[in-house]
Formats: sequence, C-alpha cells, structure tokens
Amino acid sequence: MSVWLNQHRDALGSALRRLMSAPLNTTLSLLAIGIALALPACGQMLMSNVLQLARTTTSSPQISVFMKLDADHNAVSRTEDQLKKYPGVNSVKFTTSEQTLMRMKTSEGLGDVIAALQKNPFPDAFVVTPDDDRPDAMEGLANALRRLPSVEHVQLDSAWAKRLEALLRLGRTGVNLLATFLGVGLVAITFNTIRLQVLTHQAEVEISRLLGATDRFIARPFYYFGLLQGLSGGLVAWLIVFVAAATLRGPVGELANLYGVGFGLVSLGTSDTLLLLGLAALLGWVGAALSVRQHMRGA
Amino acid sequence: MIRFDHVAKRYPPGLDALANVSFEVNAGEMVLIEGHSGAGKSTVLKLIAAIERPTAGTVLVNNQNVGAMKRAAIPYLRRNLGLVLQDQKLLFDRNALENVLLPLSIAGFRSREAGTRARAALDKVGLLAREKAMPVSLSGGEQQRLAIARAVVNRPKLLLADEPTAHLDPGTARDVAKIFLEFHQVGITVLIATYDDALFSAGNARRIVLDHGRLAA
Repeated sequence: MSVWLNQHRDALGSALRRLMSAPLNTTLSLLAIGIALALPACGQMLMSNVLQLARTTTSSPQISVFMKLDADHNAVSRTEDQLKKYPGVNSVKFTTSEQTLMRMKTSEGLGDVIAALQKNPFPDAFVVTPDDDRPDAMEGLANALRRLPSVEHVQLDSAWAKRLEALLRLGRTGVNLLATFLGVGLVAITFNTIRLQVLTHQAEVEISRLLGATDRFIARPFYYFGLLQGLSGGLVAWLIVFVAAATLRGPVGELANLYGVGFGLVSLGTSDTLLLLGLAALLGWVGAALSVRQHMRGA
Repeated sequence: MIRFDHVAKRYPPGLDALANVSFEVNAGEMVLIEGHSGAGKSTVLKLIAAIERPTAGTVLVNNQNVGAMKRAAIPYLRRNLGLVLQDQKLLFDRNALENVLLPLSIAGFRSREAGTRARAALDKVGLLAREKAMPVSLSGGEQQRLAIARAVVNRPKLLLADEPTAHLDPGTARDVAKIFLEFHQVGITVLIATYDDALFSAGNARRIVLDHGRLAA
C-alpha cells in the first residue's frame, strides 16, 4: 500500500515538474484547453441564467375564456358550472364585463378613450388555471373550451412560453453539441502534448526500463500529466466564464431593469463547476491514455 | 547463477553475434568476458539482462529462462541485477543523487530510506561530496562511478558491466576497477566485459574469451 502510494506521489510530482519545466508550452496548452472548454461552459452559464429568468417571470400559465357579448346571465352561469366541472381545470376566476370596464378606465392613457365609448365593449370573462401546465396539455384544453356554447374566444397564454421552451431546447442541444466537439478537441490536444512528452522523455523512458521499471510505472507520470493539464485547463475555462459573467452582469442588469425585471447574471453553479472540472480532468486522462498506448508500444 | 546453453544470437540480416556459446557462472564469482571489438561481449550481457533475446539456446539466470521470459516479468528480473552499460545512460536533467534515486523510486522505496541508501551508494564510489552535481559537470571517471552507484543502490546479487573502464585514463580506470573488485569481495557476482584484463587481475577473476561469437577459451 505504501509502495503504491509512494509511486503515485512520485508520478504526480514528476508530472508537475514536467508541466513546470516548460512554462510557455504549458501556458499555451492551458489557454487552448481553457478557451475550448469556456465556450460550452459559457453556453451552460447563459442557459441556466435564462432558465432562472424564465422561472421567476412566468406566473402560472392561464387560459382566458371570453364570452359572447350577447350572452345573458344564465348562459354565463351555465358556462361557469361547465368550466368548474371540466376535467383538467384546476380553478376558475370570473370577471364581469363591468369589472373589466372599471379597471380599464383607471389605467393610464386609456381612461379618456373608454369614457368616450357609448357602451361597454368588454365581454364577461373567465380565467382558467389548468391542472397540467405543459404547453401540449394547455393547447388541448383550450381547444376543448373553444367548443363550449356562448364562448366567443379562448386565449392561450402559453404561446410565448412554448417559444421560450423551444428556444431553450435549441440552446441546450447547441451547448451539448459544442461540448461534445470541444471535448473531443481536448482529447486531441492532450494526445498531441503527451506524444511530445513521450518524445522529450525518451531517454528517461529507456533508462527506466533498463532499471526495471514496469510499463505502468513509466506511463503513470504521463497519465497524471494529462489529468493535471485537463484539470488546469478546466480551471482556466472556469475563470473565463467567471470573468465573462462579471463583465456582463452590469449591462444585463440594466437591460432587465428597463423591462421591469430584477435579474442578476450569475456564474456557473457548484454542480456545473464540478462537472466542468471533472470532465476536463477525465478527458485529459483519456487523451493521455490513448497517446501513451499509441506512442510507447515497443519503446 | 548464470547458465548459457548452446546460445546463439543472430542479428538481421545474417550477422552471428554469438554462436553455440555455453558457459556457467557460479554465485560469488568474478568473470571477465574478453575478446576483440565485435566478438559478442556486449551481447552476452544484454542476453542476461533480457535486453536481447537469444535466437537459439537457453539463458538461465537464477534458474529462470530469461530468453523466454514474459515481457511483464522482465522489470522484476532487472531490479535484481546491477547494470553498467557502455554509455552510462545517466539522466542529464537530474543531479547525481537523483540519478541514483531512480532505481529506488522504480522499486517503490520510501523517500527517507531511499535517500540514506542512495547516499551510501554514492559514498561507496567516492561521489558523496558531489551529490548535487549535474552529470555534465562530472568528469568521465566520475560519470562512470555514478553509473556504478546507480547499479548497486538496489543491492543486487549480480553486477553486469560493459567496458566500464573504456575511455578512462589509466589512473581513473584503476580506481573504477578497484570498485568492482570491492563489490566482488563482499560476495556479489560480477560479470565484466572488458579488453583490459590486467586491471582486474587482482580479483583472481575467471576469463571467458570470445572470438567472432564463439568461445575461444
């Protein structure tokens, strides 16, 4: 056990020394990896912010049901009963045409216009909150409600939510695609740096073999090299995202204020950060393992 | 300890480095392998260390058939023998002490014990005062002695050396030869490929003479 630990500590130390011994190369590799990983990481950061924004600004989705203007009191109460019993309907709120008129009169800029009207142009209306607020379910419910007698128009508030969801899905796919490509890129970068490392340390590899080193002993520092390089690249990516978020926070906050939304851009959360660093380290290790297998055979 | 049984080694395209060589070396012996340049001296040592494999015949080291050994087993064979090759194969980016520490690190020794052992090995070859020196700053004789220190730091029972006194001036060569004689005196089996047998005459060494890959005497 202690032999095993010692050997891993030695390999880690050796990998660190190799990284330090060529500071310029190391810096450039870390920048390449960091920028490559920063792209999907930034995407992920923006995605989770948009999600957060969507969650805070969307009130629970509703369906507005407007009665025909000529619907009488009986028709209205009949419709109310039907709505309340309708499967998939959670609650129903009734607004009379007079209430709507009063509200419109007090609203800024519209008061004069409304006052000039001869008669009340507003219909009686119901606001329906569905049990299931997924867009598909809401669409189905709205279509069913349209067929009720005395109903003039059914307005679904989920159209924009649907667009947002489609956009988010597109964004998520884009981020995943980017992450996949650049993950492969990271493996390729590591593969190549390890190839150079193997060439640089050919003498050491040969001498170690003569002195009784196992293949695993010789490969170990290269594995750690790949792992450390990937992990450090991940840290660079995290820093880039952090700086980007800090830079964008001011302008985004102002924009949100103009729309009357209180919103602050946040950088990557803990789980996203751990995922980024873990993946970066893992891909570095994989690149190193592939490279070592390729370049040390028979050496 | 070592047994060559009708060993042949042919390098492509058809150069016979060794042909039908049989001999035995007992534990604790000191054996000089002599012969002209290209007689096959180095090949004998390389076969023992499994750096090369025989084309025919068997090479036994401690009753293990080295020629047929699995690749994965070779490292453990090499840890039990000290190897001083013609070019010393020192690591030029590490100082003297670090060079001697390498075999211990390969064998997985703890760092404190390893340091003590490495310094003892350096002391034995008279290089303790230069443990921090980089190999480039060492003279030819010192580099040779450093290679010896690295070969013996694992306390092997068997020490192989290929032309350890080549390219050294007579005085330095005598010093290096004396180190090998000392190891022989404490019971280590020593095999030296050399053309300068007079240097080792004090050790009462047995001679194996090769001529164009065949045993001459």
